[in-house]
Amino acid sequence: MEGNKKRPIRQEQLASVVIRFAGDSGDGIQLTGSQFTDESALVGNDVVTLPNFPAEIRAPAGTIAGVSGFQIHFSSSDIYSPGDRPDVLVALNPAALKLNLKDLKLGGILILNEDAFTPKALSRVGFANNPCQDEKLLSSYRTFVVPITQLTKEALVESGLSAREVERCKNFFVLGLTLWLFGRPTDMTSKWIETKFKNKSELASANAKVLQAGYSYAEATEIFDVSYCVPPAPLEPGRYRNLSGSALTAYGLVSAAQKSGLPLFFASYPITPASELLHELARFKKYGVITFQAEDEIAAMCAIIGASYGGALALTCCSGPGFSLKAEALGLAVMAELPLVVVNVQRAGPSTGLPTKTEQSDLLQAIYGRHGEAPLCVLAASSPSNSFKMAYEACRIATKYMTPVILLSDGYIAMGSEPWKIADPDELSLFEVAFTEVNNNPGGRFLAYKRDEATLARPWVKAGTKDLAHRIGGLEKENETGDVSYDANNHHLMCQLRAEKINRIAQEIPPLSVEGPSDAELLLLGWGGTEGILREALKVCQANKLPVARLHLHYLNPLPSDLKEVLGRFKHILIPELNFGQLRTLIRDKYLVDARGLNRLTGEIFKVEEVVRAVQEML
Amino acid sequence: MNKKVQLNKSDFESHLEVRWCPGCGDYSVLAAVQRYLASIGEPIEKHVFVSGIGCSSRFPYYMNTYGFHTIHGRAPAIAMGLKIARPDLSVWVVTGDGDLLSIGGNHFLHMLRRNPNIKVLLLNNQIYGLTKGQYSPTSTKGKVTKSSPAGSPDTPINPIQLALGAQATFVARVIDVDAQNLTEVLSEAYTHRGTALIEIYQNCNIFNDGAFDRIRGRDERAQYQLLLRHNAPLVFGRNSENGLIVENGRARAVEIGSNSSESVAKFGITTYDVTNFSLAMAMATIPQTDDACVPMGVFYKVDRPCIEDVLAEQLKDARKKAQLSSSAKDNLEELYLSGNTWTIR
Repeated sequence: MEGNKKRPIRQEQLASVVIRFAGDSGDGIQLTGSQFTDESALVGNDVVTLPNFPAEIRAPAGTIAGVSGFQIHFSSSDIYSPGDRPDVLVALNPAALKLNLKDLKLGGILILNEDAFTPKALSRVGFANNPCQDEKLLSSYRTFVVPITQLTKEALVESGLSAREVERCKNFFVLGLTLWLFGRPTDMTSKWIETKFKNKSELASANAKVLQAGYSYAEATEIFDVSYCVPPAPLEPGRYRNLSGSALTAYGLVSAAQKSGLPLFFASYPITPASELLHELARFKKYGVITFQAEDEIAAMCAIIGASYGGALALTCCSGPGFSLKAEALGLAVMAELPLVVVNVQRAGPSTGLPTKTEQSDLLQAIYGRHGEAPLCVLAASSPSNSFKMAYEACRIATKYMTPVILLSDGYIAMGSEPWKIADPDELSLFEVAFTEVNNNPGGRFLAYKRDEATLARPWVKAGTKDLAHRIGGLEKENETGDVSYDANNHHLMCQLRAEKINRIAQEIPPLSVEGPSDAELLLLGWGGTEGILREALKVCQANKLPVARLHLHYLNPLPSDLKEVLGRFKHILIPELNFGQLRTLIRDKYLVDARGLNRLTGEIFKVEEVVRAVQEML
Repeated sequence: MNKKVQLNKSDFESHLEVRWCPGCGDYSVLAAVQRYLASIGEPIEKHVFVSGIGCSSRFPYYMNTYGFHTIHGRAPAIAMGLKIARPDLSVWVVTGDGDLLSIGGNHFLHMLRRNPNIKVLLLNNQIYGLTKGQYSPTSTKGKVTKSSPAGSPDTPINPIQLALGAQATFVARVIDVDAQNLTEVLSEAYTHRGTALIEIYQNCNIFNDGAFDRIRGRDERAQYQLLLRHNAPLVFGRNSENGLIVENGRARAVEIGSNSSESVAKFGITTYDVTNFSLAMAMATIPQTDDACVPMGVFYKVDRPCIEDVLAEQLKDARKKAQLSSSAKDNLEELYLSGNTWTIR
């Protein structure tokens, strides 16, 4: 690294940077992006990421459909969104450039892989001229044209790897180049390469070599006349780790199992983007976690009902179409009043929709999507870090109230990552589960549906408990005894009791805290994965002296009991959602307020600027 | 193992009134199961009966054990979750031909290949009873019902053949009124470690009365039932005057006169081997013409690890390797710190 410096390079300090890597879906873009993120997090920046990849494993090379992207926002201050527009765009081929150039900030840094801009590749995506030689392009941005493929080949000329393997190492050249550009050393990534490829030593040494080559190239050729430094962010003191929403959901679930002392049984069927949660949990056998890959979504849902009946902390995850398949069994769980958690990592629908893109359009299905009056608890995570907290909370509420809980996440939260302030196990909320072991009706038959006065929960009896054998099922229950009942009034009463039980969960919800001035006129109301964007939007509004406040909901059913009072304080209510107004429908229905929406369904998250614009238009 | 307890049939009768149609074959199965469970002396609470939807699926309500009446076709999936989470319980699935083979076909298939230690009672009456008389996946082709006035167009499922094809480790067939054989098969199924499928021919006297009359009465049973016994020759008939020769996977009946070892040897009658897949398949696929024998009893029985044992073993290995603490706090700290961390002061 102590290269032959020909002249001193200017070092510039920046407050925050948004960088986007883009290339073919086989180019290792996600790996480059996540490693760059880890590097940024480890030097103390706050980071928010936005991975974006096609649904096809390998769409035809060089096409727009096959472009994979990874955006990272890293900063010296607290940040909550992955950034509207990149400051730096790395485009590994013409398709990646074509798709992403429109987002790059004017005057931003553009790095192109010269070798990929062949006449054939250019014509494939409709470039008449080679952008690498386009004067206008070169002057609108600070463009750097680098023969990345060629330089990678040269670095590996004696490696013994096949041409294909050599070509695939070029993402490490890009990583080396960008690490240098932002004043980061390479040793951490080198170490990481060693572990990642520990069983493929040839690949490990090739990747390490190419990483170094990228770094040295930037240093030696002085193509960049400046390198940048983003100082550490003043995050809350503590120990941190950079983790994805999926990983943090898994950590939350394992924490719930460990704190409650319950065995964790997780059944699911692979579906994008929920599968990551299955992958995470499958690694945790040592913590007593059983993962069961079921034959379909219905079986996964049913298996956890069986496990819950047996006394396990029973969980499943799914996404769009899988969630629909679980609906009937969820109705059974409502009737049987068994605790379980369904994590729905929402994706863009209907049907297969846009499987790798994000959306918030399963809210009404979560709340209403069952036949009969079948209320249950619905929670929503709002960020990768928040996934930890809400996953834990979902398990706690499920067992305390003997109810299924749906935890809504989405593709953006699950795949994105951010620094997580490592939790203190002692500070997790109290989570005690007491199985019923003695007859609650001395001298008579055990009453399987006799309710706790405070929560209206029925007792949880582990199948196999002596003297408490009883039968449950999907037929209507007689109040208290749980026997099958066709009595008309009893059905009405049981529907009421089940609804009232869910309403009582409101007593678990902490008082709402509204961010912003108390005399604000407009309330920016959100739920789920848009929180970061809305938070940034509020900052911009406040900087522009707009009378705006913000509230984010994590409990969607039941809604917080103080929500009515909060809504009443504002003249305007704006609800941005990545759907056509599902929370808005609920809010209007329940509180009769004239809430307005900002709604978009493009498979992408909002831009901060468009939320601010919507606020301005409403005021 | 649990301590054996002294129990009677009545200990397994729940307080609920049994509501099957008078004369339904389900009654005899219920009684046989209650009697058998009392005889093994396993505590009541160790048994769990899981069912789907259909007449037979009301079964758990009538058993004074743990029970779960679930949703159509899904009993195997629910039972599997329960069994994996609680390998210590004795888990039973009670189901019908529509429930298990139509809507639940997929779960049935996957349960068999995973081989959880679950006992499946398939009450096959070749009709949809609870929905009042439509043809089922086991109804004979051409069967005239409310939903098939011109006759069922479907080829029926042969449950034994299907189960064998799905790699079941225990497959048996009995008839509802044959209490003795039913009890013997229950006993063999219960002691088998793995999924045991017992197909029970059950008469629906309302919508499909007489479906099994050819072999149901005492006389008919004596005439046409072929009781499969391990290491015994394949003979049947009132006086065991017929035998089967299995060649190239196909069974052929011959008159042998009497069940003496000489005539069995003379005619080359096949000796049954309950672990022989081809023999089991040959028995399962004997064409059911009017005078053909109907094999009954245990068709097939082999050992293969149960999914709950495999998973438990994986957990044990992982724990041993990790040498985890008994404290939740330690475990969680270990988990939280299992990657690159940094500290901000």
